[in-house]
Formats: sequence, C-alpha cells, structure tokens
Amino acid sequence: MTQEEIIVNDLKEKFANIAASIIIQRPRRIFLEVSQAQFLEVFDYCVKKIGFPHLCTITGLDEIEKFILIYHLAQDNGNILNIKTSVSKENPVLKTIINYYAGAEIYERELMDLFGMKVEGLPEGNRYPLPDDWPKGQFPLRKDWDPKSLENK
Amino acid sequence: MHDSHKFKIPIGPQHPALKEPESFSVALKGEKILGVDIRLGYNHRGIEKACEERTFLQDVYLVERVCGICSHSHSTCFVQAVEEIAGLEIPSRAKYLRTLIAELERVHSHLLWLGVAGHEIGFDTLLMYTWRDREIVMDILAQFTGNRVNYGMNTIGGVRRDIDVSQVKDALKAVDTLQERTKYYIEIATSEVTIIKRLSGVGVLSYEDALRLDAVGPTARASGVKRDVRKDDPYAAYADVSFDVITDNHSDVYGRTVVRLKELLESFKIIRQVLENLPAGPIAIKAPRKIPAGEAISRYEAPRGEDVHFVKSNGGEKPERVKIRAPTLANVQAVKHMLKDRFLADMPIVIAAIDPCFSCTDRSIEISYLDDARKKEVLTWPELHAYSIDWHRKRGIDFSSLNKKLKEGFKTS
Repeated sequence: MTQEEIIVNDLKEKFANIAASIIIQRPRRIFLEVSQAQFLEVFDYCVKKIGFPHLCTITGLDEIEKFILIYHLAQDNGNILNIKTSVSKENPVLKTIINYYAGAEIYERELMDLFGMKVEGLPEGNRYPLPDDWPKGQFPLRKDWDPKSLENK
Repeated sequence: MHDSHKFKIPIGPQHPALKEPESFSVALKGEKILGVDIRLGYNHRGIEKACEERTFLQDVYLVERVCGICSHSHSTCFVQAVEEIAGLEIPSRAKYLRTLIAELERVHSHLLWLGVAGHEIGFDTLLMYTWRDREIVMDILAQFTGNRVNYGMNTIGGVRRDIDVSQVKDALKAVDTLQERTKYYIEIATSEVTIIKRLSGVGVLSYEDALRLDAVGPTARASGVKRDVRKDDPYAAYADVSFDVITDNHSDVYGRTVVRLKELLESFKIIRQVLENLPAGPIAIKAPRKIPAGEAISRYEAPRGEDVHFVKSNGGEKPERVKIRAPTLANVQAVKHMLKDRFLADMPIVIAAIDPCFSCTDRSIEISYLDDARKKEVLTWPELHAYSIDWHRKRGIDFSSLNKKLKEGFKTS
C-alpha cells in the first residue's frame, strides 16, 4: 500500500460519512471535502493524528452559490492533503486555524480582504493586502465584482 | 533620550533601508526592539483577478511578472498545474531545460542576495564582487533565453526555445568559473572575522519557531528544517539528478548566508548533470486552447523557498481561479519573530536575510544624436561593456591589471 493509500484508508475509516469525497488525484495529492460543521473535527484529526507539519496556503473560491475554502497541508515526504470546505455567501464565517498553524494568519486576512469572509477567533491586526482607504463592501475576488465599481466611488 | 522611554517609530513604506515598499511600525526601548507590526500589500497588483480575465496561455506571461527575480519559478509552477489538469505529459527534454533555467535563476538570485547582504552590513566590496560575477550567469541566461529577466521559456506543454551544442559548451565554462568564485566566497564567509561577528546571533529563528511559523526555503533550512520541494515533491527533472539539500544549525543570518552559498555549489552540480545528460527529442507538445475542467496544486522550490500555485479550470479558455502564494509571504511572518528583543541597527540585514524580491532589467541603450535626429545607434551589451571600460581608461582608471591579479588570486587559493 502506498503512503497516500494509508492516509486515505485511515480517513475513510474514521470519517465514513465523507468517504466518497476522499480521493487520490495523483501521487502525493489527496483531496477531500467536508462540511463547515464537521471541518474542525476532520482538520484536527489530520493535523494532530496523521501529522501535516506544514500549511502551504489557503485558497478561497467563489462558486456563485457559496464560497469554497481549500486548506493545503503538506508532509515532508511531499504528500499534500487538500481539505475543502464551504461557507454560505449570506453568512461567510469560518473558524481560525492559527492555533494549528501560526503562519495561517496572513492567509486568513487575505480571505477577509479579497472575499469578505469573517474569521472567528482571529485577533485584531493589520489588514492584508488591500489599502487602508479601500472602500467598504468591495471584495475583488468575488465573481460578481467589477473593477468599474471603484470608479463611481 | 533616556533609556527607560518607549518609542514607536515608522519604517516604510518608503525608507532608505528597504528595497521594497512594506511598512514596519517598531516599538523601541532605547535601541532594543520590543515588538514589530508589519503592514504589507503595497505591491498588490491584483494579478490573481487579472488571471481570471485572460486565457491560460496569456496567464503564463502574466504570472512570469509576479516577480522579476524568480520569474521562471512562477511560470513553471503555473504551467505545471495547468499541464496536470490537461493531462499533458511533457517531453523529457523540456523537463531538463526547465530545470536548467531554474538552477541558473537560483544562481543569479543567490549571488544577487549575497551582494545585498554585503551592502547591508557595510561590506560593499562583496557587493561589487558578487554582482560582477553575477553578470556571468546573466549572460548565460540571456544566451539561452534571449532575456536577462522574464525569460519567456515556458509554455503550456513544454518550453519555447531549444539550446545547441555551442551554448552548452559556453555554459559549462561559465559554471566552472562561477564555481571557483563561489568557493572563494565560501572561504571568505567562513573565515572573515567581521562577517562572522556581524552575522552570528543576528535574526535568530530556532528550529521550533521555523516549523511553527511555516518558514520556507533557505530561511527554514538555515534553522535545520530539511525541506526542499525539489527533493520532497520532485518536479521537472529533479528526480533524475543527484544533489544534496543544504541545511545549517546556526539558525541566524550567518546560517542563511552559509546555506545560500553552499546551495550555489549544488546548483552547479545540477546544471552540469542537466547539460551533460540532456535527452534528445522535441521540446514541447501541442496543448489544447481549452483546458478541461479540473484543479491542481503545484509546488516549486524558488530561490526564496516554496512557491505554491493552485489552478482551477471550468473547461474554458480562461481559468476559473489562480491562487499564488509566493515564498516571501510565508517568510515575512518569521521576520516579526526574528526582530523581537534585538537591536534596531540589525533590522536591515535581518529583513534582507529572508531575501525579499525586487527586480531589475537593463540590457541595451539607445543613443539619439542631438544634432541629427534621424541618426540613432543601439549598443549591444558587449559594446556597452567595452564603452564603459574605455570611458574609464580615458580618465586614467584602468581595471585590467586588477582583473589579472584577481584571476591569479583565484588560481592560487
């Protein structure tokens, strides 16, 4: 059994309800999808029990009806686990993971600025990457955002 | 000013000690830094959004401009993700050529860094020496790709330019010279007392903190973290070449210097293997205009550390999403930690030691004659070089004897 298969079987056994979403896309690349309600439980297990010492980054996606988040976690042998979860557009609130990865702070601030998500548990701090005088309610990476909307401000 | 007073001083976004716009708000007690608040984003150009409005092929050229120094890093990282989604298996010659440019880029980037580090500690002779030597690798890059920066080497499905036998010969010769110089710099860095004293114990990042703060590249490796995407998650031709991952346990700016210098020797090793074992065959395969629906995450060991690109396609000509995480963003968080409880005077070298990116391009000059507007002259790089030597010689400054002495010095050392 390959290293990827060991991880996948472990996850399928532990979280039977999301087993169908756990796939090996190619050697060293594992994807899985989990609801926001179950996210921290799965995330905690992956980081603490399976062990992923490095967070590559967090990707945000606007899927029109909801926002998708992908947490890219890496092991030193090159395996990357991509944990997908989603939040609703009406209430885009996610929980911070800075207790797991201190370096996640800047990636979470990026999600706040570019998608308008809210991150629960993240301490006050400088915004990133938009300027301080950026107009309120303008989130450039949302699909319905048009740069022209800035000109009318 | 009395020592017991606390001050908050702003450094940046525009400041003589910084090479790029970023803002540090430093809380000081006397000369000691109590805490640093970093504000980034002054260089944000909305490239991720711009990628969504352009075709996959146009994006190759756009992401190449994310950074002037590691341009090949970003374009390779991006095309790897697109090729994975499209299921394209690129020819092995293309993989080798990507590796070749990647390592030449690392050599020019590390030499550039060494010069900047020298400058930040007041050792400008080192800056002059390393940047002169860096011209050797810049010339080779220009010969292979036609450009000193933004090489335009990558395309989806392979590379755009092939190399021939005479270029291989030139490059091997250049690598020999650079290796000699690098050995000389390693000798300086490990024996010159002023360098060792100035850099040791400055910008300390322990092994545990490097892991906790997710540091990448030479910054992490100088704290003993043995991580290198080329080894851990091999791409291009890295699975076929032998090289060592350099680590160091000094965990300070001195360690970061040693790691980058020794990495140069590993790069020369890789370049030689690539040039000597270059497989024959095509350099690219045809890629479809529309990329099938799918997503992929690609990693690349840029000179500054792990570069990450995530690409998602909906089956159209344009990507649905391109996410880029450059190595400096991962490392800048460790800087905050390195500066705490240290001296203000160490700030420039500590910041420079993670090697934040900046760019330069300067390769030909157009001369317009004022008395005759139609008459124009374009100087090539060698002509400009010769012109400069001649200009100085006419004014009584001649470096040729010094150059000769230097070369003899290298042979004996």
